[in-house]
Amino acid sequence: MLGYLVRRILATIPVMAFVALFVFSLLYIAPGDPAAVIAGDQASPEDVEKIRKSLGLDRPFLVRFTEWSGQVLTGNLGTSMFTGLPVTELIRQRVEPTLSLMIVTLILAIVIAVPIGVVAAWKVGSWLDRAFMAFAVMGFSVPVFVVGYLLAYVFALELDWLPVQGYTAMSKGFWPWLENLILPAIALGFVYIALIARITRATMLEVLSQDYIRTARAKGLGERGVLFLHALKNAAVPIVTVIGIGVALLIGGAVVTESVFAIPGLGRLTIDAIVRRDYPLIQGIVLMFSFVYVLVNLIVDLIYTALDPRIRY
Amino acid sequence: MSPDSTHALPPGVNAAPPLPDILPPVRERRGISGFVWRHPTMAIGIALLGLMALVALLAPWLGTVDPTALAPAKRTREPGAEFWFGSDGFGRDIYSRVLYGARVSLLVGFAVAVLASLIGLAIGMVSGYVRFVDGLIMRIMDGMMSIPPILLAIALMALTRASVENVIMAITLAEIPRVSRLVRGVVLTLREQPYVDAAIAAGTSTPRIILRHILPNTIAPLTVQATYICGSAMIIESILSFIGAGTPPIIPSWGNIMADGRTLWQVKPYIIFFPAIFLSVTVLAVNLLGDGLRDALDPRMAKRL
Repeated sequence: MLGYLVRRILATIPVMAFVALFVFSLLYIAPGDPAAVIAGDQASPEDVEKIRKSLGLDRPFLVRFTEWSGQVLTGNLGTSMFTGLPVTELIRQRVEPTLSLMIVTLILAIVIAVPIGVVAAWKVGSWLDRAFMAFAVMGFSVPVFVVGYLLAYVFALELDWLPVQGYTAMSKGFWPWLENLILPAIALGFVYIALIARITRATMLEVLSQDYIRTARAKGLGERGVLFLHALKNAAVPIVTVIGIGVALLIGGAVVTESVFAIPGLGRLTIDAIVRRDYPLIQGIVLMFSFVYVLVNLIVDLIYTALDPRIRY
Repeated sequence: MSPDSTHALPPGVNAAPPLPDILPPVRERRGISGFVWRHPTMAIGIALLGLMALVALLAPWLGTVDPTALAPAKRTREPGAEFWFGSDGFGRDIYSRVLYGARVSLLVGFAVAVLASLIGLAIGMVSGYVRFVDGLIMRIMDGMMSIPPILLAIALMALTRASVENVIMAITLAEIPRVSRLVRGVVLTLREQPYVDAAIAAGTSTPRIILRHILPNTIAPLTVQATYICGSAMIIESILSFIGAGTPPIIPSWGNIMADGRTLWQVKPYIIFFPAIFLSVTVLAVNLLGDGLRDALDPRMAKRL
């Protein structure tokens, strides 16, 4: 187990190296002159030159890449071109709202989606199953900001149950914090719920046709015991995999959700960075999110062994 | 039953009487009604998508005005006789903008689906067939897949000028890894098939094996994947435009219309509402088409999902 852990962690190093290489080489493979684009239309040739220098585009790719990777490895993601502050500092200031949003969404999505999938598989072919699956197709088709505006309009503006926009730090109390996150979490989790519910239903269908399920029923186990003790446990591995992969959807969606609900998190930082064409900041954010994503999927891999003792490495 | 056979039976043995036709002949539905009957989701998807394509093509003749024409005196009018879907913060007609916006979404969705499929197919083929580059290509794809697609597209758009071509390019690049992985997986299973062994034993050349035996079998899963990519590309385009990193603001795309309505949404929700409906219905149509294609082309997959 320990050997596996070490090997698995080592295996993420080349992946992260390629992510870094890729994010870095975007500067070189983007069509046109990135320095001119970043400088904007009103920039003088001197400004463009200055930006070219600060991005290191005037020096050979390999030289610049080794230098930059060295910095990244020591935890230095560079300096924001607009604010002049270190990128890591800007990210640190904005982590809390985004992390809160993602954790609330993750919990909400799992709590809603898994039972939906289980019930849909249990009552396969029924109107309930059809309704849930129709909802899943809808979930894949309605963009996150559309869901966000719809929810905000109905539950905040019309019904006035929850705040329309904004974020309250957790240090100001649990309910004020949660209250602001409920609508964004549902909006962000919409497609994620659809994804998890669909895979839960599919794997549960497979598991429910196994012999040991018939045995469990034959020995008189109640339906709830069959579904949640015997079936769900054995269907867990694909579900957990999809939960891990789906985090990519959450990260992409957070950028938009934060914009709809005016949450001052990393998503807003990303949008600000785009508007100001602050490339070092964008680079840093993309690297950071990718790192989180790789880390989440590493954890998912490790959860496998806990869920299914048959998986041994 | 011929009279001869009864005649040939030994005396005292009676043949069973012929069975009556208890099952009425199966009436096979043909033509369009048969297709709709057998593949209802695909039919709905095609119908909605066709409708949207017509709207996009015929936009100039559907009672629209210039979608970029400003009318400061007629700002934020509610939907009514003059502005069917209302007017936005610059007095532009939202009905016209939404109809013309269909062109951008459909173009981006279709172009990304085709480009990503073709490039992904090429990369996946090479990776699945040429052993010594497989490891390298797949590590690069792993790396690219570790970047959430929307972020990858955002990073690319930050470095290029806003244009529809660049949006297509950025989303295509973000979608390629998934296609190549799919194709590679299919190629790896196919090359172990007995009929491929047979073809090799018969002395078929490698290019011919790829063309005749491998390529045709990748088409079904690739087509299904391409429709899903089309839907996701439309959503990513709208997201990019919505956050100001996509289609240039002067071009009416659904994402841009919604971005314009963003500051006003609490008082004038219809600015966002109409493009949102069109976008959702179009993506829904594409996804229904994809689900239908999946069920029709890959029955094993259909049972699982």
